[in-house]
Amino acid sequence: MAVIGSGVLRGMGVTFKTFLETYPWGRLILRTLRIPVTNGLFTIPYPETKQQHPERFRYFPFLVYDGTPDNLRCVACKICEQECPPQCIHIVMEKDEQGRPVKAHGRTLPKQFDIDMSICMSCRICVDVCPFDAIEMDNEYELSASDRYEHMIFDKHKLLKSADYFQKIKPTEAATVDARLAAKKPKA
Amino acid sequence: MELKTSISPTIETQQLEVNLGPQHPSTHGVFRMIATLDGERIVKLKPVMGYLHRNHEQIGERATYIASFPFTDRLDYFCAMSNNFGLALAIEKLGGIQASERGEYLRVIMAELTRLVNHTAVIGFLLNDMGAFGTPLLYAFREREKILDLFEAASGSRMMCNYVRPGGVREDVPEGWLERAREIVNAFPRFLDEFEALLTENEIVQQRCQHVGVLSKELAMNASITGPMLRASGVNYDIRKVDGYSIYPRFTFKIPLGTVGDVYDRYYVRILEMRESVNILQQALKEIPDSSASPAISPKGLALVKAPRTFRPPRGEAYGRIEAPKGELGFYLVSDGSSQPYRYHVRAPSFINLTVLEDMCLGYKVADVIIILGSIDIVMGEVDR
Repeated sequence: MAVIGSGVLRGMGVTFKTFLETYPWGRLILRTLRIPVTNGLFTIPYPETKQQHPERFRYFPFLVYDGTPDNLRCVACKICEQECPPQCIHIVMEKDEQGRPVKAHGRTLPKQFDIDMSICMSCRICVDVCPFDAIEMDNEYELSASDRYEHMIFDKHKLLKSADYFQKIKPTEAATVDARLAAKKPKA
Repeated sequence: MELKTSISPTIETQQLEVNLGPQHPSTHGVFRMIATLDGERIVKLKPVMGYLHRNHEQIGERATYIASFPFTDRLDYFCAMSNNFGLALAIEKLGGIQASERGEYLRVIMAELTRLVNHTAVIGFLLNDMGAFGTPLLYAFREREKILDLFEAASGSRMMCNYVRPGGVREDVPEGWLERAREIVNAFPRFLDEFEALLTENEIVQQRCQHVGVLSKELAMNASITGPMLRASGVNYDIRKVDGYSIYPRFTFKIPLGTVGDVYDRYYVRILEMRESVNILQQALKEIPDSSASPAISPKGLALVKAPRTFRPPRGEAYGRIEAPKGELGFYLVSDGSSQPYRYHVRAPSFINLTVLEDMCLGYKVADVIIILGSIDIVMGEVDR
């Protein structure tokens, strides 16, 4: 066994090296001593600079529409409402006085589509089960609100976002979705 | 003369009951210990749990099999990927689903990366409990963050991954992910060397940890302790070897064992386990089949992801277990033929490992109790469920 205290000193050496790594002149010293150096800065001053998130980064779901906001892909089939693990989706289908579903652009549509974002746990199961690719995950994360009922329950209008927006935030995923939708079209 | 005889060599002291937690930074969440002290020595310690009970099992019984996955993320929130893996294995056994080759590799890679994440974090927290505020924990978190970035790139979320599915993984990893993973895994041993230089031979760490909270081999086995805690006591039991689930038999790796079973051994076994994990990861990342050769999820598994309600496994029961970073994580499912499990039970390793807390703490000081608890590696999300 070495001298008592050498272990502590070796540990202090590691902290000293890390200390040097956080300064440009320190990195220069380490490089001249031929010690492998990493950029010692790992933190981001958050509100000023934002982290670059990977494409798959998911936060809360949104509804996709093509072209105009009335042409949404959702047909109010309620599969996502059923499968949502925390049960945070609430859908009401658009119906006329006789109780028959109203159709627009050749398909039924939701009259009401609410997601309680204070319950949603961003699990992406709604996206997985949607047969129409009508719901996708957003990467917007600065959504703090002062009122849970007024601001955190997103209604249809708040949820609607264009297909172009989806294309912009998730290009590769949107490309596969578009290919899937294009393959479906001629059959219908 | 009478006065002299009344003074006994040991002074009678009053026992003191001290309440540690539930809101105390050293208890790793809302865990409460009622310690009875004689001076500074523990004579009795009563753990109180249940402050974070979230009815996980009951929720699992009213949800479909797939809908339980996001909830398993929140059991042990450090190891979301391996929790998913355990449930996926149980569902595979129940429904007779075969996993795809690439899916198996990806799951093993994710599970081993999770082990790195968990062990770095727990060692950091253990040192935090010892009073080394900040430095080791932040060094550990710096490395952990790189792996969490990998998780985010693959699954979309750093911690609540919800990624592994019966039959494989939910979606294939993005392009360039495996290269990034290789880079991080290959750089990991250097961090471990640095971390060990900081801690392993540090005399202060040794003084604090060695021969503290000794757990004997017999007690560990009788109390069905699993994971690094059991192996630190010198019992060679690792479910990856014993059960050989998934594709673990294909990899060569060693099971590090401790000799004394004290806090130091539990720390050191975790360091060695990380080295073995890096070993497994390097093999898995080398052998993983190309996505053109094998899909990330088998067709049956994909059908299950797309339509969870159509999955109605035959009547019966299944128990899927994995070697989670904390020990044996088991999922017990009973099917009555419907799309929801009739019974859903989780065998949580940190809950069962916590049962020997009192036995390990008796006779030690209050400050030792904190590090003994830290060395068990508990996450309250899993203890209370």
